[in-house]
Amino acid sequence: MSTDTNAKSMSLIVTKGTLDWAYPPFILATTAAAMGLDVTMFFTFYGLGLLKKDLNLKISTLGNPAMEMPMMGMHMAMPNLISALPGVDGMATGMMKNLIKKKGVASIEDLRELAVEADVQMIACQMTMDLFEYKREDMIDGPTLGGAASYIEVATKSDINLYI
Amino acid sequence: MADQVLDAKGLNCPLPILRAKKALKELPTGGTLEIHATDPGAVKDFEAFCRSTGNELLESRAEGSTYIFLIKHTN
Repeated sequence: MSTDTNAKSMSLIVTKGTLDWAYPPFILATTAAAMGLDVTMFFTFYGLGLLKKDLNLKISTLGNPAMEMPMMGMHMAMPNLISALPGVDGMATGMMKNLIKKKGVASIEDLRELAVEADVQMIACQMTMDLFEYKREDMIDGPTLGGAASYIEVATKSDINLYI
Repeated sequence: MADQVLDAKGLNCPLPILRAKKALKELPTGGTLEIHATDPGAVKDFEAFCRSTGNELLESRAEGSTYIFLIKHTN
């Protein structure tokens, strides 16, 4: 935590756990921390999976008509009928991971590590832990367990509150 | 000549900023850091980063496809 009493602060609620949706919260959290803000992330529902030690994040093209992957100089969108076929999500995930590497975009594992290093506070939603039967030992060290009241307390003191 | 040079070429947002922050932390106050980046978004981002953190952006220029920033660690 910063010792500067004028430090700004930001909180984020992280609700989504796919590869694409994992980026905005971790990019914003690490950047805000680098800019001197005190940052707290609250991981709930599918976002909670982003705290697992072993990440195997995936994307789905199903119900995602805005998703266009660059391919041979063009952009390819996937009709839902094809997205629903077995193996298509896996293929799209592989394409996305290749692009991420090729374009010098950090992996989620790296960004998460940088967030921990930058003293970003992480709260894992206790209710979601119970609901999805996650074990504490399957999650990375660092996050504390808490609920809605823990988040609200942080949010009332934060300059920026985001829900992603 | 900068006290330290950071090669952030080929890295995309937010890595140039994160690496720069890390390097600045290790510099004494008044020290200078030169960053080489290829991410065009870094131009606006380093301006914003310096305005927000109080570090001084002494220079921002492009040489071919490389963007070069010179930051003085003041905060």
